[in-house]
Amino acid sequence: MKTDLVGLAFLMFLATYPSRAIPLLSGQFERLSPRLLEYLRLVGPAVLAALAAKSTFVTDAQGPGAFHVGIEWLAVLACLLLVLWRRNLFVGLFAAVVLVAAARSAGLA
Amino acid sequence: MSVIVFAGAAQFAAVGFVSAGMPWPAIVLLTALLNARHLLYSAALRPWLSEISTVKRALMAHLLTDESFALTIAHFRRLARADVRGYWLAAIGSTFIPWNAATIIGILGASAIPDPSRLGLDVVFPAAMAGLTIGLISGRRELVAAGAAVVVAIATGLLVDTRIAVLAGGLIGPLAGLALPGPLPANIQPDNPAPMGRGTAHPDLGSSAGSSGAGEASR
Repeated sequence: MKTDLVGLAFLMFLATYPSRAIPLLSGQFERLSPRLLEYLRLVGPAVLAALAAKSTFVTDAQGPGAFHVGIEWLAVLACLLLVLWRRNLFVGLFAAVVLVAAARSAGLA
Repeated sequence: MSVIVFAGAAQFAAVGFVSAGMPWPAIVLLTALLNARHLLYSAALRPWLSEISTVKRALMAHLLTDESFALTIAHFRRLARADVRGYWLAAIGSTFIPWNAATIIGILGASAIPDPSRLGLDVVFPAAMAGLTIGLISGRRELVAAGAAVVVAIATGLLVDTRIAVLAGGLIGPLAGLALPGPLPANIQPDNPAPMGRGTAHPDLGSSAGSSGAGEASR
């Protein structure tokens, strides 16, 4: 089993635990400005959306990437619509995977 | 990672970051940003749990996720008091154990799949990120922040560098959300927190904390 990412996992823990623990342990968190709190609240959806967009539309590269067009667009859209409709991520992921697998096995992607 | 980080979105994201060769400091920074929303969950639970020992609260904090928060805050509100056993049940029984069990199954089963892309498994990451985003959007500000992050991430990836695209989107997107007119949540803390064990009704915590349960679909 590879263990070279254990250090990264530990650093990720150090980056995660304070945000979970500081308000619960100190009670001083409410002193932050509402504007900063609102910014922090918006960071979550923004980072996730950026991740989804970059993975779907831009090819990986050292430097500027290229615009990617593919079946992944439809798959991610299908997942989005299903999650909106059913509020169930698993259903959306399953549909996305089936769509891509079917398109590739049919030679369409 | 599932045991010591125990943060689904950050773990999913880390898989993509590592495979893209992103340096560790950038991954750690993005992890901190991605999990900054836990500050709000933690602050929202604080009044309910203020009479519990510090050690217990420190342990509870590690198990605080979108799902455990959503289940716990709904349970506390329904009871109109804190229920520590209910918290453990939500955090460990319905989240920690299933998440780690599924991780182990994934590790053991991965070697049986020679070419994940043939089965369409490579689309799981972007689809999961998109689906998780839906779970965190409960108003115009989140929608605008996410939309702006998409535009900034794509533009940065195409024009500047793919390795900083997510960071740029994640940092600039929320500024667009903040620029929307309308009042900010005045306070994340209730005026009159219910002490442990008493049946005092608990005031609503406002949109910042109350909306976060939408992430229930996220693990």
